[in-house]
Amino acid sequence: MRAVLGGAAMVTVVISALILFVLFRGAIDFFRSIGWDFGILVDDSAAPGWFPRRERFDLLTIVLGSIVMGLLAMIVAVPLGLGTAVYLSEYAPPRVRRIVKPAVEVLAGIPSVIVGYFALKFIAPNIVDPIFSPDQPRNMLVAGMAIGVLVVPIMASICEDALRAVPMSLREASFGVGARKSTTTVRVVLPAAVSGIVAAFIIATSRAIGETMVAAMAGGRDGSGPRVLSPLEPGLTMTAAMTNAAGGTDQVKAGAPFQVLFFVGLLLFVLTMSLNMIADRVVRKYRQKY
Amino acid sequence: MSTVELSPTDLRNREKSRGSLVLGFGLLVAVTFTLLSLFVLLARIFTQAIPAFRERGTDFITDTIGSEPGISGIWPGLFGSFGIGVGVLLLAVPLGLAAAIYLEEYAKPTRFNRFVIVNIRNLAGVPAVIYGVLGLIIFVGWLRPITNGGSVIAAALTLSVLVLPVIIITGMEAIRSVPTGIREAGYGVGATRWEVTRDHVVPYAMPGILTGTVLALSRALGEAAPLIMIGAITGLLPETSLTGKFTAIPMLIYNWSGRPDSAGGAIGWSNSAAAAGLVLLVLVIAFNLTGVLLRQKFEKKRVGT
Repeated sequence: MRAVLGGAAMVTVVISALILFVLFRGAIDFFRSIGWDFGILVDDSAAPGWFPRRERFDLLTIVLGSIVMGLLAMIVAVPLGLGTAVYLSEYAPPRVRRIVKPAVEVLAGIPSVIVGYFALKFIAPNIVDPIFSPDQPRNMLVAGMAIGVLVVPIMASICEDALRAVPMSLREASFGVGARKSTTTVRVVLPAAVSGIVAAFIIATSRAIGETMVAAMAGGRDGSGPRVLSPLEPGLTMTAAMTNAAGGTDQVKAGAPFQVLFFVGLLLFVLTMSLNMIADRVVRKYRQKY
Repeated sequence: MSTVELSPTDLRNREKSRGSLVLGFGLLVAVTFTLLSLFVLLARIFTQAIPAFRERGTDFITDTIGSEPGISGIWPGLFGSFGIGVGVLLLAVPLGLAAAIYLEEYAKPTRFNRFVIVNIRNLAGVPAVIYGVLGLIIFVGWLRPITNGGSVIAAALTLSVLVLPVIIITGMEAIRSVPTGIREAGYGVGATRWEVTRDHVVPYAMPGILTGTVLALSRALGEAAPLIMIGAITGLLPETSLTGKFTAIPMLIYNWSGRPDSAGGAIGWSNSAAAAGLVLLVLVIAFNLTGVLLRQKFEKKRVGT
C-alpha cells in the first residue's frame, strides 16, 4: 500500500518536471525558429508592438501589459482586501462577520470567466465609460479593475489570517495603556501582522499577473497590438498573448507565432513562481514568534 | 504626581477622535465596496439571464449551440463540463487523497519529502494557463491515441492535474487534524498502518477531504483558460462524445460575452452568456451545498463514534 500511496505523491513531482520540460523544449523550438536572434524580442522601431503573425515579438509590449493591468488590479484589491480583512478581524461584530465572511468566500468562488463577463457588461459601460470616456470600450483599466475584484478575496483572506494570528495579549496591552482602538489597530496589530500582509500582496500580485480570462476578454486586444502604457488604451497581457497563440482551430500550430507561447509561458512561470517563493520567504523570515 | 480621571463618557469620546472616525469610515467603505461588487455582479448575471430563460425556457438547457441567441442552447457545454467534473472526481480526488495520505501518514520527514511538499505548494500557485500548455503537449499531443486530441478526455485530464495540488493540500490539512489518539487506539489493538488509515484516519478526516473535493470541483468547472489552450472549440459543431470536438460552459460564456448584441431577436448574446453563467453558478453552488450536507453527515457520525 505504501508504494501505491507514495507513487501518487510522486505524480506531483512528475507534473512539475513535465511543466518545466514542455516549457523549455517549446521555448528552445521558438528560438530555433527565429534563428536565435534575441534582438527580435526588443522592438526598437518607431511603432513597437506584439504582432506574432508578422514575426514581431516585442516582449516589452506584453510584459508592460501584464504590469499595467496587475498594478491597476492591486490598486483595487489592496484597499478593498486589506480594509475588509482589518474590518473582519478587528471591528466586525460576530453577527456581521457571519454575513461578510461567507460573502467574501462566495466572491472567491466566482469563476474568472464570469468576472470577465462582468467587466465587459458592467464595469466597461457603467463605470469606466461614463467617468473616463475611453476610445475603446475594452481597455486595460476595465480589465485591471475586474482582475482587482477577482483578487480581493485572496488579499482579504490571507490578510485576515495574518491579523487574527496576532495574539490578543498585544491588543490588551495596548488598550491597557489607554490606546484607542484605531491606534491599537494601526500601531500595534498591523505592524505585528506586516509579514502576512506583504505576503498577501505578493501572492495577490502573482495571481493578478497569471489571470488569463479577464485579461483576454476585457483587455481589448486579440493577440496583437502596439506597445502602450495608458490604462485607457487596449492592451495585451502575457497570458492573453498565450491563449491567442494557441487559439484558432484552422490555424497551423507550428512556427514561431505558435511556439512563442511556450517562451511566454516560461517567462510567466518563472515570474509567478519567483513571486510565490518571495512571499514564502517573507512569511518565514519576518514571522514573529509569540 | 497628578492623575487624570477619565469618566466612561470621556473614554467613549476618545473613540470619536478624527483618526478613529477616518479609519472606521475607511474600513466600512472597503467592506461596502467588496460586498457591493459581489452583489452587483450576481445581480447583473441574474437580470441578464432572466430574459434568456423566459424566451427559451428549458430549451436553453437541452438545445445545441446555434447561430443565433434565440435558438441557442448549452447542451454540448453541459456535456463537456459534466465530463470534466466526472474526470476530476474519478482521477484527481483518489490520486490527491492517496498522495495526502502518503505525505501525512507514511512519509518520513526527509529532505526529499519536504521537497515534495514544497513542490506541491508551488504547483498550487502556477497559473491555470500554464496547465493548459501542459495539457496541449501531453494530453492532446503525446496521449493522442487515448484522448483523440482536444477532447473531453484531454480536458478532464488537464483540469485533474490543475486541481490536484488543491486536493492534496486540503487533504493533508484534514488528515493532520485527526487526533493522534485515534491512531494510537488502532495500533493498540494490533491494526496495521493501512488499516488504521483506512478505517479510522480517513473517515475522521472526511469532512475536510470533502471540502477540498468541492473546492477542486468548483475550480475545475469554472476554468476556461486551460480549455482554450487545449483547443476546446468556441463556435458551432461541438460534439457530445468523449473523443470529439468539445466545449464547456465557461467556454460558452467566454465566446458569447465577446459577441455583439445585434438588434432584432428578443434576446442577445449577452443574455445567453449571462444565462450560461447562471447555470455555472448554480452548479457550483449546488456542489458546495452537497459538500456542506455530506460534511454535516460525516461530522455527526464522528461525534457518534
